[in-house]
Amino acid sequence: MATFTHGNVSIEVDEDGFMVNPDEWNEEVARILATTEGVDELTDEHWKLVNYLREYYLQFGVAPMIRKLCKETGFNLKKVYELFPSGPAKGACKVAGLPKPTGCV
Amino acid sequence: MEKKELKTPLLDELEKGPWPSFVREIKKSAEKNPMARDTLGQLERSYEDRISHWKHGGLVGVMGYGGGVIGRYSDLPEEFPEVAAFHTYRVNQPSGWFYTSEALRTICDIWEKHGSGLTNMHGSTGDIILLGSKTEALEPCFADLTEAGWDLGGSGSDVRTPSCCVGPARCEWACYDTLEACYDITQSYQDELHRPMFPYKYKFKFAGCPNDCVAAIARSDMSIIGTWKDAIQIDQEKVREYASDGVDIEAEVVDLCPTGCIAWDGQKITIDNSECVKCMHCINVMPKALAPGKERGATILIGAKAPIVGGALLSSVFVPFIEMKPPFEEIKELAEAIWDVWGEYGKNRERVGEFIQRVGLGNFLEEIGLEPVPEMIAHPRTNPYIFFDEELEEDEDEE
Repeated sequence: MATFTHGNVSIEVDEDGFMVNPDEWNEEVARILATTEGVDELTDEHWKLVNYLREYYLQFGVAPMIRKLCKETGFNLKKVYELFPSGPAKGACKVAGLPKPTGCV
Repeated sequence: MEKKELKTPLLDELEKGPWPSFVREIKKSAEKNPMARDTLGQLERSYEDRISHWKHGGLVGVMGYGGGVIGRYSDLPEEFPEVAAFHTYRVNQPSGWFYTSEALRTICDIWEKHGSGLTNMHGSTGDIILLGSKTEALEPCFADLTEAGWDLGGSGSDVRTPSCCVGPARCEWACYDTLEACYDITQSYQDELHRPMFPYKYKFKFAGCPNDCVAAIARSDMSIIGTWKDAIQIDQEKVREYASDGVDIEAEVVDLCPTGCIAWDGQKITIDNSECVKCMHCINVMPKALAPGKERGATILIGAKAPIVGGALLSSVFVPFIEMKPPFEEIKELAEAIWDVWGEYGKNRERVGEFIQRVGLGNFLEEIGLEPVPEMIAHPRTNPYIFFDEELEEDEDEE
């Protein structure tokens, strides 16, 4: 565990930089987390993706499968990587304050 | 940092005996690389405690790619700080694992500069495995690899790095150019390889003949295995030579043919090729006398997986014979049709083979638009699930 501090915001994150307590998430936290994933400014398109992930997570308790994410946001995978260059799982989910997706090697 | 003497009595056991030892190799690296040294230390502790001290999971990567790096962390970071983060790269190997020594030196130099220096040549998917990168080294190492012409392989729910046997480069039995096919598919599916979007992994493996030296049938979702349509080529003179050199052709060839389609009269052998199931046994026993036929191509099989959950599956025949010529359009059409259906209806972490078992082969074939053929099933005359009856085909048309 580590504490990530930026300005007057301080959040607990795991070794990969994902939030440990997703309840602490807010838009300011999202903006700060985004800078760690190569995204300096969150545009409307970023927010559309982040909000979708967040709502899905709050409803179902897991991250959506990527195909579903593309279909429901209308962004193809290329676009998702343009928005979040480290990808939907590492980049977008982190910014949306989801706990680390359980990926497989 | 002060260097204490590292004692590894349990690991030392693995240096005994005349065979190669990974412990001996890591010790060599440990003399010059502190990450390799802590690897040994932590491994010894794992042996003492009888539990792995690598934590499960970890999500790291490089910009632009969703796969290719696997996150790994120690659960004893204070004790072994050099391996607190110890991530793995998968690097796409060349077709058939042919390297120049210069290429190998380059990759080792890059890896000694950025990581532990430890490699695994090769991982079970086929990639070059670079073991042990700190998080901050990921991007600079990736940049150096790219600069030298290397690329990362697949990991997670994507097209895994395709692999193939040595094929026609070294083997006269290769029924098609596995190296070319593997390279073509790798290049064609770069998006699918680097940016995971499937329910789970999807592996292509290319074997040149039914000996299947890459074990495609046991572990690849799409196994492309060389075969032939016409008769096995026979050189009767050479068959007699084998016989006079002491090969008991009756016992070692004829009696071991699974379909009993070979006869030997002491002078020449005859093969009923219509009954041949391409097991390769007779060819393997008498490689100078027998060879695959001249009309060569491949069989496409779908749905293997090695057992992690739910048991092993071998892949099953989908396309009995296909000519293997670039640009391999039929293979790509089939792969993409499968991805569409499985991507839409597959569950998270469900391999294609498991998906087919769940929805049924008949339904799956209908969805991907492939006509059932008798070669797809072991006992076509008794299989109750697919009807090859003409009348029933008419019924389907009414839908």
